[in-house]
Amino acid sequence: MSDQELTPKERMAIERTSMPEQDPARRATNFEEVNFGLDEESAVREAKRCLMCKTRQCVDGCPVALRIPEFLEAVANRDFNTAAEILRVDNALPATTGRVCPQEVQCEEVCVRGKKGDPVAIGWLERFVADWAAENLPNPAPPDKKTAFSVAIVGSGPSGLTAAGELARMGHSVTVFEALHDSGGVLRYGIPEFRLPKRIVDAEVACLESLGVKFEFNVIVGKTITVSQITDEFDACFIGNGAGLPMFLNVPGENLKGVYSSNEYLTRVNLMGAYKPDSPTPIATGNTAVVFGGGNTAMDSVRTAKRLGSKRAVIAYRRSRAEMPARNEEIHHAEEEGIEFMLLVSPLEIFGGDDGWVKSVRLQKMELGEPDASGRRRPVPIAGSEFVLEADILVVAIGTRANPLLTAACPELKLNKWGNIETDENQMTSIPGVFAGGDIVRGGATVILAMGDGKRAAGAIDQYLRTK
Amino acid sequence: MYEVISNELIAPGIHRIEVRAPRIAAARLPGQFVIVRRGEGDERIPLTIADADTQAGTITLIIQAIGEGTEKLAAIEPGGGIRDVAGPLGMPTGIEKVGKVVCVGGGVGTAVLFPLAKALADAGNHVTAIIGARSEEFAMLRDELAEFCDEVIVTTEDGSLGIKGFVTAALGEIIEDPARRPEAIYAVGPVPMMAAIAEQTRPSGIHTIVSLNPIMVDGTGMCGGCRVTVGGEIKFACVDGPEFDGHLVDFRELATRQQAYCDDQHCRLADATAQTGPEDDA
Ligand SMILES: Cc1cc2nc3c(=O)[nH]c(=O)nc-3n(C[C@H](O)[C@H](O)[C@H](O)COP(=O)(O)OP(=O)(O)OC[C@H]3O[C@@H](n4cnc5c(N)ncnc54)[C@H](O)[C@@H]3O)c2cc1C
Ligand SMILES: Cc1cc2nc3c(=O)[nH]c(=O)nc-3n(C[C@H](O)[C@H](O)[C@H](O)COP(=O)(O)OP(=O)(O)OC[C@H]3O[C@@H](n4cnc5c(N)ncnc54)[C@H](O)[C@@H]3O)c2cc1C
Ligand code: SF4
Ligand code: SF4
Ligand code: FES
Repeated sequence: MSDQELTPKERMAIERTSMPEQDPARRATNFEEVNFGLDEESAVREAKRCLMCKTRQCVDGCPVALRIPEFLEAVANRDFNTAAEILRVDNALPATTGRVCPQEVQCEEVCVRGKKGDPVAIGWLERFVADWAAENLPNPAPPDKKTAFSVAIVGSGPSGLTAAGELARMGHSVTVFEALHDSGGVLRYGIPEFRLPKRIVDAEVACLESLGVKFEFNVIVGKTITVSQITDEFDACFIGNGAGLPMFLNVPGENLKGVYSSNEYLTRVNLMGAYKPDSPTPIATGNTAVVFGGGNTAMDSVRTAKRLGSKRAVIAYRRSRAEMPARNEEIHHAEEEGIEFMLLVSPLEIFGGDDGWVKSVRLQKMELGEPDASGRRRPVPIAGSEFVLEADILVVAIGTRANPLLTAACPELKLNKWGNIETDENQMTSIPGVFAGGDIVRGGATVILAMGDGKRAAGAIDQYLRTK
Repeated sequence: MYEVISNELIAPGIHRIEVRAPRIAAARLPGQFVIVRRGEGDERIPLTIADADTQAGTITLIIQAIGEGTEKLAAIEPGGGIRDVAGPLGMPTGIEKVGKVVCVGGGVGTAVLFPLAKALADAGNHVTAIIGARSEEFAMLRDELAEFCDEVIVTTEDGSLGIKGFVTAALGEIIEDPARRPEAIYAVGPVPMMAAIAEQTRPSGIHTIVSLNPIMVDGTGMCGGCRVTVGGEIKFACVDGPEFDGHLVDFRELATRQQAYCDDQHCRLADATAQTGPEDDA
């Protein structure tokens, strides 16, 4: 292909590239990344599919308004430096979002090229450039000019990491307090290695460290120190402690051995490395694993169970395929790996053996009724449709809520009725100088929305400090 | 790194170690615990904060070496370090002056009991401690407890010290004597001991508080692995506890859940080779 300007017609003639990936049968037995990433030639060709639309609909589709056409143009011109610079300014964790954003309902959904055919593979290109930058560009240096201000960040998930990076670039002294022994939040303990290798998270954190961000692990705000201790010691604070409280089904038998919350199941495997043969952290395995839920967490759990040796790994979801909130790519990958989808079923009771281990679950079939508050059609039980499914492992992946550990110790912080922190449009909470964002404000959302909050908060914190 | 200041053997296999952790020392209250990780790649292990010195910025842990994780911790020499110490976790004990209390500790549970007994004595209660052990050498902390308790009773299974038998016998004598009958009982030890005491005090309705030790991962309410049934409701021991009303706890469930990873019972694949994957076909 020539490097000269292409006509729109020539651009239209290029077909969407495909992502090279591990063979499904093979990858269902290992924890290595499923997608290999694009090579340079495919990336450049893919970027040339972009029509550089004046309307820039793709930009509107991205929660952080990444300058997608400029980015794609730079990739098309093999100017990866410029492409990386655009990412750096607009998107703090591009290697992550390129892998885990639900592109099909964001940037790629509204891409003009998707109207007739396939949208430009914006996510894959983002990942390509981010990985290129990690390999070819040095870590950023701390800013020349430091301010006299200090900011504390609570939580090292995507919202906290983004806020930390932005604030450090502005010259403020930033300290991140993290409850766990390692960074990344859900990126580390939730999303599995085969979707987001932990070296990616390590690299993002290393960048922040070279910007001068300090990390303090094992600090549980609300327990080890309080928010008011933080506000005494620091000039401002950003709270990004996520929504990590697991919900259970509230059916009999839920405390049998072999029944896990997805948080516990994934934390054991990802944070504690239970999938490695030499890990001291155990994880239960069994021939049939059944996972309740239809989101990314459910897909991650069921694919993990398959990789841990379950012959039958089943998604049991109470609505239909169309309502599944998981990313398309994950559902597709799960199907390829032989995951069974049992749709329109809801658990009624879990049965165990004399040994206290789960043996089976009684399910009820459902049908779709009227739309509910979420706009999705509500599942309604079908009378007399109960049946029993054998199961050795059950994982409950039906969502999480706000963890009250921090907020309980800080009654001044205004919460909504679900326990999420209330903020104004600048992410400021009811306590002046204390900002919040990500899942603790939104309820379970996405990585990119959490990052968007972190970025907006960083801007507002900078303003706040300068006018203080 | 959290520096280990001292490490002392106080009973066979039971170590008392002092760790520098100033923030935790300042924040902790009796009844709370920490989660420690010896080094990179090691398990997270919950341990009660047995004591703290705010001035020196240290906390005291009493560790019974019963498995890989606790053995590694117990082996740290003074001057060595623990990679992670997170806390204080859990709800502090509600310490009030109620009058007479009995604190019953079984095995390493005595370590968990120690800060409670101390706080209860400081609050002006009449504290009787009953410590149960296999034999004299395992009856730990009896001199330390005697410093602030009004009475310390030791029971040993082999009769080598104090009363021969179990703690329930000694406790039975106290609750049946109207002059000694306590307003509250704190019991910490192996699940069967706590369950037995809860049954023993149920008829009289004496407030009986137990400290539960289910298997934990994060200790912050994030995983739900520590869930226990109390009064028919699911509670997370790490954030709602670890202390609960003993008369409401489902001890059978707790006992079976604690065994989940014993003797490889959690490996439930029919074909054990399935986990290793297919031959390398590269
Ligand atoms: C399994 C799974 C898969 C997912 N897959 C996707 C996906 O593919 N795409 C996508 O866009 N989104 C996905 N999500 C959702 C996404 O990960 C979250 O929306 C996002 O991580 C929220 O970021 P956050 O910064 O608000 O919080 P989190 O990532 O939850 O991080 C919060 C951090 O704060 C720490 N913390 C909590 N309490 C305290 C405290 N008191 N003191 C100090 N630190 C504290 C926690 O330990 C944690 O490290 C997934 C979620 C899960 C669970
Ligand atoms: C809130 C809390 C406070 C605790 N305080 C103390 C303390 O002050 N001192 C102390 O020595 N121990 C304490 N424990 C128990 C301690 O955490 C376990 O003994 C430890 O996790 C075992 O780890 P391991 O790797 O050495 O043994 P493993 O090899 O994991 O297990 C060895 C044996 O211990 C059993 N076991 C594992 N975890 C637990 C547990 N949580 N409770 C009971 N048995 C278990 C296993 O089933 C097995 O039989 C506490 C536990 C909790 C939950
Ligand atoms: S951040 Fe997400 S939504 Fe925005 S362009 Fe990248 S992949 Fe698309
Ligand atoms: S909408 Fe699609 S084709 Fe148009 S500029 Fe954006 S990425 Fe390019
Ligand atoms: S240990 Fe994870 S919720 Fe209690």
